[in-house]
Amino acid sequence: MAGLEDLYREIILDHYRAPRNRGELEVPPAHQVEGFNPLCGDEVILYLDVENGMVSDVKIAGQGCSISQASTSMMSAAVKGRSVAEARTITRAFKALMSIHESKIGGDDVDATADDLAGVRLGDLEALQGVVKFPVRIKCATLAWNTLVQGLDEIESSH
Amino acid sequence: MSLDIARIRADFPLLAQEHNGHRLVYLDSASSAQKPQSVMHAMDEFMEHSYANVHRGVYAIAEAATARFEAARATVAGFIGARESAELAFTRNATEAINLVAHSWGRTNLAAGDVVVLTEMEHHANIVPWHMLAAERGIELRWIPIDAEYRLDLTNLDETLSGAKLLAVTAMSNVLGTVNDIPMLVRAARSAGAHVLVDASQAAPHLPIDVQAWDADFAVLTAHKMLGPSGIGALWARRELLEAMPPFLGGGEMIRDVRKDGFTTNDVPWKFEAGTPAITEAIGWGAAIDYLQGIGMDAVHEHEVELTRYALDALDAEFGERLTIYGPSTTDARGGVISFLFPAIHAHDVSQVLDEEAVCVRAGHHCAKPLMRVLQIPATSRASLYLYNDTDDVDALIVGLTHAEKFFAVDPT
Repeated sequence: MAGLEDLYREIILDHYRAPRNRGELEVPPAHQVEGFNPLCGDEVILYLDVENGMVSDVKIAGQGCSISQASTSMMSAAVKGRSVAEARTITRAFKALMSIHESKIGGDDVDATADDLAGVRLGDLEALQGVVKFPVRIKCATLAWNTLVQGLDEIESSH
Repeated sequence: MSLDIARIRADFPLLAQEHNGHRLVYLDSASSAQKPQSVMHAMDEFMEHSYANVHRGVYAIAEAATARFEAARATVAGFIGARESAELAFTRNATEAINLVAHSWGRTNLAAGDVVVLTEMEHHANIVPWHMLAAERGIELRWIPIDAEYRLDLTNLDETLSGAKLLAVTAMSNVLGTVNDIPMLVRAARSAGAHVLVDASQAAPHLPIDVQAWDADFAVLTAHKMLGPSGIGALWARRELLEAMPPFLGGGEMIRDVRKDGFTTNDVPWKFEAGTPAITEAIGWGAAIDYLQGIGMDAVHEHEVELTRYALDALDAEFGERLTIYGPSTTDARGGVISFLFPAIHAHDVSQVLDEEAVCVRAGHHCAKPLMRVLQIPATSRASLYLYNDTDDVDALIVGLTHAEKFFAVDPT
């Protein structure tokens, strides 16, 4: 099953089996934001602790398939401890990785120029690149990231 | 009286495909069924020889097209046991047919505080139009629950129906496979003074149905789940109801006269068929019903019951309690829709592994999110059986599931 191993890389299965940053944060001070994939019922709930422009803590609740759960876990590890600006840049870079099909379906953040993203290191997140070969699963991989952007927007607009 | 599945499969060209070196195993007919050659031929032949708009031209092919379109209506009406063709209005699908009832009959007959009773096993198509009417008119929705055997819990039926104006219920669940006792539900609704709408989308392809024996008021169905093309469905309703209902969409065909200061409506059923209908699709639907009737709906149902029994037994033998099946454990009043879940593996992931082996199943909430919430799960995988499936298909499913279970094992060995 070579095709499957493109999709389900070991690092993805590792994040699925042992998700990072599961839990909840007290709201407030943390901000809670929910994302749904209406097609399959996957749900992600993010608790974001943003202080002085830094994503100081992230916790995750919700349920979904291995791709959505692993992507959510990897997202939390990638943005925790980063500035909001860095989190947004990583998000754009990740969505560019997924952009082959996503750009037409609500990917309003993928218009960043290549220069903008040059030098952004995605590390483990690149394991999710195989998802692009399975178009219906792209929404599973981007759910957490769209939810993150929504949460960061809500936090910034409330200030 | 078993079906000759090899011969039936030969009528469905798509089923001859291979993917990844595996024979295609199509187990998603509850979502949409594959089409026999005869349906494609009928549609092609019609477009090649008789295509024209209906109910308009006086030239020969327009007359022929109208006659064939109306013959298709008679075929569908006959298939569901309608008293006359005039009681059957073509729609885009079953969803549009329910929206038609909610919009036309509902807005005429339901006011704030009136009660519409649904069940927890309804498809979104038989929920959202009533939610929309609730938001607009302030009607109240009540829900008949399901029990531990995934059947309707009728313990408080009379209480639930008390004072209700409408019961809208599916004849067969698209998630659980449960077949509901429609005549009994209609009797209970009648004695409460309620009308009854039956969603026959899932039942009509698989069971003999008879709207007069049901004694229902409305029934809806869709062609694409019963070997016909997508883009056409139907509303059946008792003639006196249709005649009293205001039109749904306005436009050509549905009128008798139009003046600057108003319009009058056409006779039923055309009153509900604004604009050019899905003409070729109606011809295809007629051909699909001819195909089903050539085999016989009793034989189709019997085959599916046998195959469902085989599948339930085989799944239990292979996986036992490691796999949860969301549906009745017996094949009494049960169709060939089998929803299942490995508790630790998401339905999407299972379907992805099955896809590698060319086994097509559905994964998700099956447009029944209230039911998923009752079951406290986000999604299931669903294998659904039809007249072209056989025990080899079920065996391929089970082999695929053993691979999925191994692939996603929490502790790989």
